[in-house]
Amino acid sequence: MAVFGEREARILVLGLDNAGKTTILYRLQVGEVVSTIPTIGFNVETVTYKNIKFQVWDLGGQTSIRPYWRCYYPNTQAIIYVVDSSDTERIGTSAEEFHAIMDEEELRDALILVYANKQDLPGALDDAAVAEGLNLHSIKNRDWAIFKTSAIKGEGLFEGLDWLSNQLKTRKR
Amino acid sequence: MAATAQDPSAPLRGPEKKDEDRDEDTEYSPFYAIEKGAVLQEARCFNEPHIDPRRCQQVITKLLYLLTQGETLTKKEASEVFFSVTKLYQSKDANLRRMVYLVIKDVCPGADEVIIITSSLMKDMNSKTDLYRSNAIRVLCSITDSQLLGQIERYLKQAIVDKAAVVASAVLVSALHLLGHNAEIVKRWTNEIQEAVQSKHTMVQFHGVALLHALRANDRLAVSKLVTSLTKSNVRSSLAQCLLVRYVAQVIAESTTSGSGVRPFYDFLESCLRHKAELVIFEAARAITAMPEVTMRELAPAITVLQLFLTSSKPVLRFAAVRTLNKVAMTHPSAVAACNLDLEALISDSNRTIATLAITTLLKTGNESSVERLLKQIGSFMSDIADDFKIVVVEAIRSLCLKFPQKYRALMNFLSNVLREDGGFEYKKAIVDSILILIKDIPDAKEPGLGHLCEFIEDCEFTYLSTQILHLLGVEGPKTKEPAKYIRFIYNRIILENATVRAAAVSSLAKFGALVEELRPRIRVLLSRALHDNDDEVRDRATLYLAELDGHAGGPEAIDVHWSIPPKNLEKSLRAYLENGTDAPFDLASVPRAVPQAPQKDQKKKSGPAAVSKPEPPKASPIADTLRDITELAHLGPVFKSADPLLLTEEETEYNIAVVVHVFEAHVLLQFNCTNTVQEQVLENVSVAVDLAEAEEFEQELSLPLARMEYGTVGQAYVLLQRAPESMAVGKLGANLQFTVKEIDPSSGEAEEDGYEDEYQLEDIEIGAANYIKAVGVSNFRKAWEDTDPASEISDDYGLGVRDSLQDAVEAVMTILSMAPCDGSDAVPPNARSHTLLLAGQFVGDVPALARISFGIDIGRNVAMKLVTRSDVPEISDFIHQIIQS
Repeated sequence: MAVFGEREARILVLGLDNAGKTTILYRLQVGEVVSTIPTIGFNVETVTYKNIKFQVWDLGGQTSIRPYWRCYYPNTQAIIYVVDSSDTERIGTSAEEFHAIMDEEELRDALILVYANKQDLPGALDDAAVAEGLNLHSIKNRDWAIFKTSAIKGEGLFEGLDWLSNQLKTRKR
Repeated sequence: MAATAQDPSAPLRGPEKKDEDRDEDTEYSPFYAIEKGAVLQEARCFNEPHIDPRRCQQVITKLLYLLTQGETLTKKEASEVFFSVTKLYQSKDANLRRMVYLVIKDVCPGADEVIIITSSLMKDMNSKTDLYRSNAIRVLCSITDSQLLGQIERYLKQAIVDKAAVVASAVLVSALHLLGHNAEIVKRWTNEIQEAVQSKHTMVQFHGVALLHALRANDRLAVSKLVTSLTKSNVRSSLAQCLLVRYVAQVIAESTTSGSGVRPFYDFLESCLRHKAELVIFEAARAITAMPEVTMRELAPAITVLQLFLTSSKPVLRFAAVRTLNKVAMTHPSAVAACNLDLEALISDSNRTIATLAITTLLKTGNESSVERLLKQIGSFMSDIADDFKIVVVEAIRSLCLKFPQKYRALMNFLSNVLREDGGFEYKKAIVDSILILIKDIPDAKEPGLGHLCEFIEDCEFTYLSTQILHLLGVEGPKTKEPAKYIRFIYNRIILENATVRAAAVSSLAKFGALVEELRPRIRVLLSRALHDNDDEVRDRATLYLAELDGHAGGPEAIDVHWSIPPKNLEKSLRAYLENGTDAPFDLASVPRAVPQAPQKDQKKKSGPAAVSKPEPPKASPIADTLRDITELAHLGPVFKSADPLLLTEEETEYNIAVVVHVFEAHVLLQFNCTNTVQEQVLENVSVAVDLAEAEEFEQELSLPLARMEYGTVGQAYVLLQRAPESMAVGKLGANLQFTVKEIDPSSGEAEEDGYEDEYQLEDIEIGAANYIKAVGVSNFRKAWEDTDPASEISDDYGLGVRDSLQDAVEAVMTILSMAPCDGSDAVPPNARSHTLLLAGQFVGDVPALARISFGIDIGRNVAMKLVTRSDVPEISDFIHQIIQS
């Protein structure tokens, strides 16, 4: 499947609106912070990291768009779920969406990578608190990981990708 | 992998096809046997993790093909296709992206789903690739709602002045579509659009001009201003210039400054005739020829350039020019006459369409001396052109013949020649109709015409035409110098043809026998041969006619009595007769003959009592025949006009009374068709009392009562009014039905001895100007107009108030005047702002009169008209105006 030994993976970036999904996508792709507007629809870009070509789909998080996430589920190897760690009020809503995704049959085999984003903001929950808020520990029988990130500062993003690429490589073997 | 270079001209041809034989390749249609289910199945390839751009393009092409063929997707299918197509966004292949744009626009997913593509399109709208920018704009504008439009307006506005022409054009064209629902937003871009109009890119300028005009389309003044400023500025694009010419033509057509004064913008149109682009030259020439009431002087330069086009090497220019000239020739034949030499050269044009148009134009402009030469040339290529065009030629010949009656011999010969050639029914019918008209209008042409028709029926495959001609022979043949020579042709039909034609031939023969005494014995012999025909109708007719020729059943004279009972009335009477269930024989005389009917062509379906009448169409008005039978009315002379029956009672009352107004030279006859709808009563001594208090110009001469009015039958009572000879007296008449009622004894079915007198109030009878006008058309209005004394011309302007449309106004005026429209001028082209109606008619005393009426309608749908009338009797000319005024 891969050309010249290069692996490929299809990744969905999901999460509530204003979680920072689009900023993360472009930080990963071009390495810079770009100004964004709320995504009405999706952005799709290719990010090559550690000899893996990630096809990253950033889907808009507004309530009007969430019903259409499922149209993009098939053939997905991994989900990057982005949480605004400073938005403590909506952590519950975020958890609901997250577990709805977990229940999707089409995503049964997808890896789960959670970014507790916006760590640069004061009052942001740490990774343990976000994991608690999403009730991550209830997940059985699948691989997941959570990382503290700040898309603005560029922290934690590639650590997450490292974990992903390692997991993908072990799976292929 | 699939990144090989694409051949854009063959996106559908699979790679495997390239190696195949070239011959086979030409046979191969990429769109052969494409089926929705299969294509939707194939569309799943959009969802694959690895996209094959070439394959996806093929599938999209098939999808688009299906959609343009009218195939529709269900909501579910559309949404599935849409979402899978959005996944193709991951590919950076430019060709594939272009197809994605197209398919998104055409698949039309639900409004809520379509938002999924918005971000991507907005990104593309700001892309560095022109192609992405322009296409994204087009798609966004076609899927957008006004809320989203507000968000992207800024980008759109900027894109109008984009350096890339494709982008600017994309916005301008999209804006044209947006005008419908979001005109407010588009109006805010006026400055940018103005700038686009100045663009050096031809397409941008073209679209800019179109948009600018569309923005003002509802405001005549603004359009006029726009056109003025554009004609002064430098419009470089010839496409935009063409648009401008059209807008100018529209302004000219709408401007009401007809008559004196310089026509606005004429100079501009005239200058366009010297434009370097043929496109513009032609557009300007066409605009000039189509100007309302164009003068010869204005036409001249346009005709000159069209004449140059006639000799162009490009067929499309020749076609355009000759088609326009053909149109001009209808109204201004003399202006086109200058082109006759060039038109004649086009007769031999290899393009038969051009040749046909050239010929028919020449026929309109030609003078008498060139007729024969033209006919010869047409004859040489008639067999090469399609039936549709042949009909055009035949019609042109017909009108030519009416114009130059002296040339009938040559024209008649031509028609008979083409009649012998192969052709479809419509074509043959056009020829036969033309010959019939010529026979009718040109007395000298009658005998040769009949001769040609005789030859034609010898080998005619159309029953309809054969019976029509046989009937005509029966009517006209006996009156010719040598009736005997037609007998053979007619008798041949009895031997050789199908039953319908045989029956018609028998009737036709009988006519000869009745009218030409010396032929009668021979006709009897011929008819007796039809006595053993295997068709009932043929046998019946032969038997009847033989008996009549022998002096039985009414004698030979009976054969020529016209079939004057309208079949509808006969049917009605027969039904009533059957319902009554009496044993008395059906009396044909009780069938009302009053309802004027178009001549009945179909002679087949007569049976029972009808067999004693002659199944021939009436020659004169059936009413006139009925009236002639009444001795008291015999002195009136010929009927000038009989109006349609008008009901004077409600539909569902005891008595049904309809009046028919007949106008004679010095009289008006009121014919009352009375029907009794009450089964228990019989009315006797039925008459109508007329009150002339409001119609003083009339004087009652006599009243003929109807003796007995039984249930379900129709009888006539008459009132004869006298007026000054040839005067056009009008007025309103009160009417009262007077009669004696006798009850019918239900046990015996007999009427009781004693009755009582009663009255019944009828509605008033209006005798208006229309009763004195007969709609008699003229074949060449222009000629008739010029032949009528100009001194009799009376012209005046009238306002008609608010009307739905010009057509509405035209119809109203035609109803009031009851004159015949000429040259098809009763049809108003859609959206026309002005129209000219040409009317012709005959007034009592057989005075012809003509009217030319120019209508104009303004924004508020107020209709004004200018009425110009001419008649050889000046009073009539004035009378038409009086009708309109009253």
